[in-house]
Amino acid sequence: MTTVEAGRPPALADAELVRRRVRSRRRAGRPGYLFVAGYTVLLLAFGVFPTLYAVYLAVTNDRGQFTGLNQFVKVLRDYRFVPSFVDIGLYLVMWLVLVVVLTVLVAVLLRGLVRPGLSTVLRFLFYIPGALAGVASVLVWLFMLNPTVSPVGPLLRAFGFDTFSQVIAPADLPVIFVLIAFWTGAGGWIVVTYGALNNIPDEVLEAARVDGAGRWQSAWHIQIPMIRKWIAYMAILAFAGGTQLFVEPQLMRTASLGRVDPTWSPNQLAYVYAFQNGDFNGAAAISLFLLVLGLLCAGVLVTRSGLFKTEER
Amino acid sequence: MTPPRVPPRSEATSRFVSAAVAAVILTALLIFFVLPAGWLLLAPSKTAGQLVQDFPLSFGSFHQIGAAWRHLASYQDGALFRWLGNSAIYSLGSLVLTLLVSVPAGYALALSEFRGRRLLLTVTLVVMIMPSATLVLPIFLELNLFGLIGSVWSIILPFSFYPFGVYLVYIYFATTLPRDLLSAARIDGCGEWQVFRRIALPLARPVIGLVAFFSFVGNWNNFFLPYLVLPNSEQFPIQVGLNQLLSSTPSFNPVAGAGLDITSSELSLAIVLAILPVLVLFLFSQRALVSGMLAGSTKE
Repeated sequence: MTTVEAGRPPALADAELVRRRVRSRRRAGRPGYLFVAGYTVLLLAFGVFPTLYAVYLAVTNDRGQFTGLNQFVKVLRDYRFVPSFVDIGLYLVMWLVLVVVLTVLVAVLLRGLVRPGLSTVLRFLFYIPGALAGVASVLVWLFMLNPTVSPVGPLLRAFGFDTFSQVIAPADLPVIFVLIAFWTGAGGWIVVTYGALNNIPDEVLEAARVDGAGRWQSAWHIQIPMIRKWIAYMAILAFAGGTQLFVEPQLMRTASLGRVDPTWSPNQLAYVYAFQNGDFNGAAAISLFLLVLGLLCAGVLVTRSGLFKTEER
Repeated sequence: MTPPRVPPRSEATSRFVSAAVAAVILTALLIFFVLPAGWLLLAPSKTAGQLVQDFPLSFGSFHQIGAAWRHLASYQDGALFRWLGNSAIYSLGSLVLTLLVSVPAGYALALSEFRGRRLLLTVTLVVMIMPSATLVLPIFLELNLFGLIGSVWSIILPFSFYPFGVYLVYIYFATTLPRDLLSAARIDGCGEWQVFRRIALPLARPVIGLVAFFSFVGNWNNFFLPYLVLPNSEQFPIQVGLNQLLSSTPSFNPVAGAGLDITSSELSLAIVLAILPVLVLFLFSQRALVSGMLAGSTKE
């Protein structure tokens, strides 16, 4: 029967081909392994292993006995745990609203209403404080918020802040951290959002203009919907980063002579567990809460946003 | 549907209002972003007293900058220079390691097939997007387990794990280097290593610069990890050193700062010195930087 006769040999040939291809791919694969070897070792040592070790610590006690979820229950019941999450929650709400609204607004303004040369200069100037990220930015803002030396001292006094300790009252801390985060981070996001707006073809905006849409209308109905993905990207990254606050409250504590709560943020609480109580198991449990938050954000972005590629071309 | 014709006068008015609103917002933001940095650069030229009394954006004197410098240099027998040196060792050491491992890795992820490639890439992406601080405490616990606390390697090795760098190299090679070029070289008898050395590496210069920039800036400014794993002031990088300096400044800590020459003026000079390397890099690599921030994820 011709069909069978015709059918079998190609199948055999296919099998042979596949075998040959697999062999050649394996041969090509070996150098691939060598090229990624160094990086993989680092990934295992400082990405995978610490995570697994933290999980191990969180489900055992200081004698290495398995304790199930007890460590998690313990830190959840700690009277400082929930307040520390409330603190960063307050901070996050303000920070996200501010960074998303202002960044998009400024990028739209820079794209549509400002001459290109000036727009470049402005983006650069907005971006420069990014160089001071971390300790330097907090120290600069300690000066900015100290009514005696601040260049905006009169403004602070007009709001009823006469001394540094009045400024750093507990209720003001989230606002202060938002200011610092915005000062160092917003410029970068303005650059990214501007770049995304730049990718919208001019014809689209031209068509909207011909149809009678004003600048604000086309910004609201066309530009912003078209960069939705980038806005979501920014919001998720800003959220994930914001859950990790440590340097800012820790330095604020140094500067305030310890008047600022030592466990203001969850990361600080984990730090206190590890360094003051020597309770590494509890510290690991807290840091796992934060790790899971970060993992969730990253997972959503990698699988849902379509902004990252894992397949070549 | 025909759009309503807007009378020209109101169109002109609305355009004027738009421009005015834009000008107000942008000016306010410009002041917000520039004023603190400007104040910081001027502060070392003034004494603590002048900082309180003089106009905030005035220049004091070069003499005072010199005085602040001498006070700062004599603080704990030149601790500041030790800290800056430590920062340089940590940042540059891990930069070299980062480049050595991430350039070949990104290259292989982009241009060769091997089992687990997809998995490695996905894990890289996830770790890259996760805030780096999430892993700091677990890394501290790990280093503690292996008794590495306080050694130089406890900083350099974790710093040199840089998934974002690998991703940048991967994207660069995946989008700019045609596979056919590599196949042609292989047919001509080049081994895999030679293909990498002779063809890929020379083309990779722009992305190497980009990875180096982000890695250096990130590590230079890092505070959390060294703060946890370095117990000894001798080993502090400048960021942790600034924290110690802050607690010795009488403007913030009248008790501990008493009798020391560290005032707001000296502290602000220390901040300027601490940010100088990064600031210089920022000023000279603006274009590369912007392209890198956008390359962080592929365009639509």
